[in-house]
Amino acid sequence: MDSLVFDIAHLLAGGLVLVSFMLLYQDRLYALLNIFALHALVLALSVAWQAFIQNAPHLYVTAAIALVFKAIIIPVVLHRIIQRLGIHREIETVVGIGLTMIAGIGLVALSMVVMLRVTAAADPLAREDLAFALSVVLLGLLMMVTRRNAVSQVIGFMSLENGLVLAATGAKGMPLVVEISVAFSILIAFIVIGIFLFRIRERFDTVDIHALDRFRGERR
Amino acid sequence: MVIRHRERHESMGAMPVAAILWCVASLLVAGVFSVVLGRRAGFHRVTYGASLTACSVALFSAGADLTLYGGAASTLTLPLGLPWLGAHFRLDALAAFFLVVVNLGGAAASLYGLGYGRHESAPHRVLPFFPVFLAGMNLVVLADDAFTFLLSWEFMSLTSWALVMAHHQDRDNVRAGYIYLVMASFGTLALLLALGLLAGPGGAYGFEAIRAADHTPGIVALVLALILIGAGSKAGLVPLHVWLPLAHPAAPSHVSALMSGVMTKVAVYGFVRIGFDLLGEPTWWASMIVLALGGITAVLGVLYALMQHDLKRLLAYHTVENIGIIFIGLGLALAFQANGMGWAAALALTAALFHVLNHSLFKSLLFFGAGAVLTATGERDMEHLGGLIHRMPYTSFAFLVGCVAISALPPLNGFVSEWLTFQAILQSPQLPQWGLKIMVPAVGSLLALSAALAAACFVKAFGVAFLGRARTAAADQAQDVDCFSLAAMFLFAALCLIAGILPGPVMDGLSPVTLALLGDRMPVQMGVPWLSIVPIAESRSSYNGALVFVFIAMSAGLAVYVIHRFASHAVRRAPAWDCGFPDPSPVTQYTAGSFAQPIRRVFGTLVFRAREQVEMPPPGDARPARLHVDMKDLVWDILYAPVATAIGFAADRLNHLQFLTIRRYLSLVFLALVTLLLVLALWP
Amino acid sequence: MILDLFVQGAQMVLVLLLAPLLTGFVRKVKARLLRRQGASVFQPYRDLLRLLRKDIVLAENASWLFRVTPYLVFAATWVAAALVPTIATGLMFNWTADLIALIALLASARFFLALAGMDVGTSFGGIGSSREVMIASLAEPAMLLIVFTLALVAGSTQLSTVAAFMASPAVGLRVSLGLALMALIMVAIAENARIPVDNPATHLELTMVHEAMVLEYSGRHLAMIEFAASLKLLLYVSLIACVFVPWGLAVSDAGLAAYIVGAVAYAGKLAAGGFLLALFETAVAKMRVFRVPEFLGAALMLGFLGTLLLFVSRSL
Repeated sequence: MDSLVFDIAHLLAGGLVLVSFMLLYQDRLYALLNIFALHALVLALSVAWQAFIQNAPHLYVTAAIALVFKAIIIPVVLHRIIQRLGIHREIETVVGIGLTMIAGIGLVALSMVVMLRVTAAADPLAREDLAFALSVVLLGLLMMVTRRNAVSQVIGFMSLENGLVLAATGAKGMPLVVEISVAFSILIAFIVIGIFLFRIRERFDTVDIHALDRFRGERR
Repeated sequence: MVIRHRERHESMGAMPVAAILWCVASLLVAGVFSVVLGRRAGFHRVTYGASLTACSVALFSAGADLTLYGGAASTLTLPLGLPWLGAHFRLDALAAFFLVVVNLGGAAASLYGLGYGRHESAPHRVLPFFPVFLAGMNLVVLADDAFTFLLSWEFMSLTSWALVMAHHQDRDNVRAGYIYLVMASFGTLALLLALGLLAGPGGAYGFEAIRAADHTPGIVALVLALILIGAGSKAGLVPLHVWLPLAHPAAPSHVSALMSGVMTKVAVYGFVRIGFDLLGEPTWWASMIVLALGGITAVLGVLYALMQHDLKRLLAYHTVENIGIIFIGLGLALAFQANGMGWAAALALTAALFHVLNHSLFKSLLFFGAGAVLTATGERDMEHLGGLIHRMPYTSFAFLVGCVAISALPPLNGFVSEWLTFQAILQSPQLPQWGLKIMVPAVGSLLALSAALAAACFVKAFGVAFLGRARTAAADQAQDVDCFSLAAMFLFAALCLIAGILPGPVMDGLSPVTLALLGDRMPVQMGVPWLSIVPIAESRSSYNGALVFVFIAMSAGLAVYVIHRFASHAVRRAPAWDCGFPDPSPVTQYTAGSFAQPIRRVFGTLVFRAREQVEMPPPGDARPARLHVDMKDLVWDILYAPVATAIGFAADRLNHLQFLTIRRYLSLVFLALVTLLLVLALWP
Repeated sequence: MILDLFVQGAQMVLVLLLAPLLTGFVRKVKARLLRRQGASVFQPYRDLLRLLRKDIVLAENASWLFRVTPYLVFAATWVAAALVPTIATGLMFNWTADLIALIALLASARFFLALAGMDVGTSFGGIGSSREVMIASLAEPAMLLIVFTLALVAGSTQLSTVAAFMASPAVGLRVSLGLALMALIMVAIAENARIPVDNPATHLELTMVHEAMVLEYSGRHLAMIEFAASLKLLLYVSLIACVFVPWGLAVSDAGLAAYIVGAVAYAGKLAAGGFLLALFETAVAKMRVFRVPEFLGAALMLGFLGTLLLFVSRSL
């Protein structure tokens, strides 16, 4: 029974890595938002399972926050923003999707090697979950680096934050007050980004970052 | 510490070595006679007949030594070469196996040459060098000291260069010969340095002395790098492979078969002999380098092959891929040996050596087929061929067997060596080093990718050249070739089938080699019921080529019988359906370039920077649209072009030394003298 | 010994009889989901019989390879399908070919089919063959990596051993197996020429890969090839069932009751697999051709990730 409990935790953490790869694979914006909702859902399930294993009721609140805010509210609001701004719904990537996936695999391998070597003496359940969480963080960073569209960069940033939450819950200690503050700061950052996107769109008629470069002024 | 079970059997004296040396001597004599009498009409029959007999005798002696005597060592020293050293020759298990490979290829090429040699336009440029080339390869495998080894290696390179330059009127052949000569000299230099380092300051050139000596880890690392460069460039490891696709197609077809199928294996022998036998205990990071090189070579080789439309160049690039697969097996063997897992190392080494044998069989067969096509149509370019299966039925059947074998499809032999390599990869999670834990699955996926791409490559080669409709008049009027060429091709096709159905005896034949090199062997295969092979244990995995073949034959036969008996067996001929718009012009069928286009889109944009440009004339304009494909060879651009430019630059600068005054030359001499005296004064 | 032979023979006949039924079932479910009545589930049998009795119309320049290929393809696929445990593990000849050999048998069937597509020398055959080898060049390595993952978990590449291990409680819920399952479903869709990779129902040039290769076949040759395609679908569904849903498989030398339970379980697994396939095909649109390498590249990555996790840690 014990190993089944561990296995389900690993399965959910591995599922989060899998959904991060699915985020990297998408080439349409609405599909990306749906997959991000799935990402947040898997995170909520994972946190809830950790709460069950560790007998830590405050983690249930964390799971609920993840579910309500990140799986429901944020995707819906982003959906509305995209519709109102009329952003064209194809995601341009810097390098092809195949190369991005290969880089993603390399990052997962790197995080597995680093985490499993460095924490050789620690609790086996926590080690592997930490390794998966580091993978999710790195994949979120990869997404931010290889996408030109500002909306997909925001999604990448939020999936990175999901990875951090996974790491924090896995490591057995995350007081609720930290989570609330993190959640609110995310919300505020997101509102600010939304306002900026509106202003950028008004001014430049596009949210492609390349276009913004042209208006930066000469290098001195 | 692993105890090396070398010299288990008593030495056999000198008789088996002497037998093979007599064969070598007769090959050399045949070469000398061909210099004098080569221009006589029909003399090629004498030369090729002589080399066929010599190679067959050598083949049987080496085979007997391996199977009947279990690879017992026999040595001989001849008073040739350096006066205080002599020439040492040794026939042990490893040498016996590679002699079997070399002489099997040599015998088949001689048989092929009996028929093919009739069409040779410059026999006096080919006939003297052919038997001498075979002699050189045999000598490399037999050599037991550094001097003989290097001398035979250079001999082999020079004779093959002469054969590449046989048709020197063609500018491309001259360029190919030049690049080959440069790369061969570079490789020999690397081997010279490696053997010099191993011999040490005492000058102990004999391999016995090198085996017994202790080498520091620094020397071992340096020697390994040098033999990877030296033997690897001759075998065709990326990035030192550039000469291979230029030189192999330029030679006459039976020589191409020898160069691709046999000479590359002699290079592998050089690596195995020095890397496994002389260097002693391997280190795990050495295996990582070999694995990485093998994996990259395998994938790049087959991707290059897919983009070719010259039949022989495609086959030459494909040799590069197979060398990659062999080096993957060798790297795995090194990794297992370094970690003390002798049984797994034996499995990996058996897989690599089995692939050596298999590749020499099917690559020679394919080159023989390409030579037959060249003889019959005068074309090497696939885009000018097509429909040959109707005009040359026997050649196309043998070529088809070669294509199926090289694509690693059961029940032929290519599948067996690949299956064994995969089984070796499945043993490697037990390796403790982290680098290997990441590298081995990556290399395994590269191997799987290269196997699938190889099948694609040969569907293209056979489909465009032999199937479909003839694209030119030359292809339409082709005739099948003579009986000697066909005999050589069918012999190898039969051997491919036999090695696929009966892999157990081959694996048992390889066990003396693994015992001598690694101190361990795979379980005995001859006793397994139903002729299966069981690499580790019955419960882990097993494969039975014979039964798979029987099942497929029975199922197909049953289906044919039932249908022809109970359903219809009527056949009507009509024009092709082609969705109702059949086009009589053969130009509308797929060409080699168009067949490779999907794969070029997927892999080529990254590996070759392939870019397509379409010139579409405006509406109303009746000109045809044009498609340009632009591909770059990144290895050449990144590595060779800068090196060539740098050498040219340095040579230009140094040219000034030719035009100094007498006073300047005298002052150079004076300066050198003073510097040497200063060094002597300051030496502690 | 006689009983084992009988079970093996029964398995070979069973896959042959069930394959067209599965195809008919999938078509029926798809039709019902589109609010059509659809043809009867036994229609593929009638189609095969009709084709078997018709004359063959051969192109004038078709070679002997073109005539031999349908039988070779059928034989290779039938031998492969006969080695996948359906009702019981421990088939008598399971030691002749393991999972890797199974994949290679399917690869040889595909090799000959691609050659046959090139044989008549039309542009449609070339399209089909070139796209098919592109898909195969990614699907086959993905399948091999899935096999590696399974072999590393179960400790063997023999399919019966793998199925027996997966049915035992020792396996646990592993991440690598989850990844392998996803990758196997993606590869199965690609190999069986199903939506979203290829459309088995149309004959339009834009959408066809498999249909383009067999465009020139007619009569009993076409019947053999369609039969082989149905067998391949049955093989993949049985493979997924016996590896990932192995409960109900009868162990060898069990009593008659165990075999009956195995048969009922197998029928249920086939029905579930067919239903899910039909549902998926109806819900998803076909990808354009050059999105397929990315799809299969993702499957390759998943397989590689599963293998890598097993190399790096024993419990993943």
